[in-house]
Amino acid sequence: MSALMIRDLHKSYGGLEILAGINLEARTGEFIALVGPSGCGKSTLLAMIAGLETVTSGEIWIGDRLVNSVQPKDRDIAMVFQSYALYPTMTVRQNITFGMESRGVPKAEQAEAVKRVAALLQIEQLLKRKPGQLSGGQRQRVAMGRALVRDPKLFLFDEPLSNLDAKLRVDMRTEIKKLHHRVGKTTVYVTHDQVEAMTLASRIAVMNQGSVQQFDTPKRIYDRPTNMFVAGFMGSPAMNFIPARLTGSTSIAVRAADGSDATLALAAPLPASAPKDVVLGVRPEHIYRFTTDLKSRKPAVESMQAPVELVEPTGAETLAVLRLGDLEITGRFEPDDAPVMGETITLGIDMSRACLFDPTTRALL
Amino acid sequence: MSTHDLTVPVAPPAAPWRQRLGTMVPILVLAPSLAVSFIYVFVFTLWTLYLSLSNSSLMPTYGFVGLDNYASLWANRRWNIAYTNLFLFSGFYIVGSMAIGLLLAILIDQRVRGEAVWRTIFLYPLAVSFIVTGTVWSWLYNPVDGIQAFVRGLGWTDFSFALTANRNTAIYAVIITGIWQSSGFAMALFLAGLRSVDPDLIKAAQIDGASVSRTYRKVILPTIAPIFLAVAVIQIQFAIKTFDLVAALTRGGPGVSTTFPAIYVYDLMFQRGQIGEGAAAAMMMLAALAVVLVPYSLWIVWRRRAEGRNG
Repeated sequence: MSALMIRDLHKSYGGLEILAGINLEARTGEFIALVGPSGCGKSTLLAMIAGLETVTSGEIWIGDRLVNSVQPKDRDIAMVFQSYALYPTMTVRQNITFGMESRGVPKAEQAEAVKRVAALLQIEQLLKRKPGQLSGGQRQRVAMGRALVRDPKLFLFDEPLSNLDAKLRVDMRTEIKKLHHRVGKTTVYVTHDQVEAMTLASRIAVMNQGSVQQFDTPKRIYDRPTNMFVAGFMGSPAMNFIPARLTGSTSIAVRAADGSDATLALAAPLPASAPKDVVLGVRPEHIYRFTTDLKSRKPAVESMQAPVELVEPTGAETLAVLRLGDLEITGRFEPDDAPVMGETITLGIDMSRACLFDPTTRALL
Repeated sequence: MSTHDLTVPVAPPAAPWRQRLGTMVPILVLAPSLAVSFIYVFVFTLWTLYLSLSNSSLMPTYGFVGLDNYASLWANRRWNIAYTNLFLFSGFYIVGSMAIGLLLAILIDQRVRGEAVWRTIFLYPLAVSFIVTGTVWSWLYNPVDGIQAFVRGLGWTDFSFALTANRNTAIYAVIITGIWQSSGFAMALFLAGLRSVDPDLIKAAQIDGASVSRTYRKVILPTIAPIFLAVAVIQIQFAIKTFDLVAALTRGGPGVSTTFPAIYVYDLMFQRGQIGEGAAAAMMMLAALAVVLVPYSLWIVWRRRAEGRNG
């Protein structure tokens, strides 16, 4: 059974269309990430699931209930906000019990629930404090506690980590993942950070300009992005897009730095309907220094010459900017095996991992 | 030996004049206004205190008479009425204008149509001086050609509305007028406060299942509590200074029923040439203000300390 089902959902303000026909579905216990650049409509979609925004057209089902016109409080959801939205004048305990008090839950039951959640999140020693006296990570935890105590059908997170510093963000990300593992609640998580989406979600919906571009597992999204937007948005450094020409059903030609064409054999033949001009998409980690040993290990590796324009060591890996025709591409190398600036190296491009796109429709071929 | 060398104090290099000027400028700019405020507030307060203990009559003189002026002040029925009026007026005026201001702010905060128009209408009384307000309302209260005459003209010939004509109700006429004048101001401050509340807080309360009134009572209003204090403090000093409103509205009458301390002080000092007793009355006004403000500032200090401890 699906915990959340969204059918052909539209939202517009006046003539401005924010969401244009969203279809999503979350199975019970799933962790769905909505990811996209700012203004793509992901937060609006979350607010509509929560009932904080009205539905222009389409259907939202939570469990087996159509909730289009159900009040937020009756949707059986809990939400963690970007600003945490902790009630500043209440103590942590009051923050957590506020919802239960509004619903008239008996005191004893409230105390029991607070105890359970506080133990789960290790915030027992904070219960008497006010939000102003908590650190960012502690506030985050209290906000999650307030959501957890409700025992809702659906958990909604609205960019909960974007107010934290880089290190804490990674810690809290791990914590959210563990927590989801333990409580197993269906979760919808909005973020603009593709790493967060990749690490947390069981399925990711990549959104752009009010529509879902691709809704799939992180691996499928990363390996087989349906279009150039998804390919470019997911992954850092971004996928390289190299204009190429079809020279047969199984080979393409790419302009090298010296102006000559390098021919690369495709790992699989293209359909006959493919256009003459294509875009070759290669992730930086699928670019290697070509050796015969590499070729024997990865038969789909194709080679070409490229001068190294710039080298950026980051410690764990070294990024190299390589010249190809009149564009620059990024390759990711082992620090020990990294090219040096000014050198011209023989690249090995793993064609079995590469994607080909139609430059006009921008869709995967 | 070399360790000794390290401890020899070395004169810091003289700060360049430009830097010194930089640190001086704020002090130079603030000095005149600080000096003026100091003189007007503290020096004149102390001078008034001294005058209140002197035998000054038409002109300030410095014969010390102790608390005689205070004794004669409190023996005067008119002063007692004035002082009672001050507390009566302040209480009703502050509570009334804050309650109405808050109500208006909450209503406007419901995203009403034409919000800017409503805001302007409610804020307009503040732009009118107390003298004009007092004069116009004195016409409205006037039984002969005010509201009473208007309603009687409509046919309700028994209608009676003559607050200012009765010595027991005249003070309420002043209170109503004061509330009319300043509830718009309270509304503006409250509205600004309501708008500064994080919208996510309201959404969170909505999801938590709190009703609108519960959201206001438990979440929004506690969050803007500092604004209540700010409004109250501003209104209190308006209330205690009340002079022109009463002067224009009732001239302290009927009889002495709407006399206020400020009017009384003016009367003693400049009409009757009793500067000593007038200064004593002025000191009593200061005392009234202190009754409110001293606990307030102590509370602020206490809260800051408490926060410092917990934080």
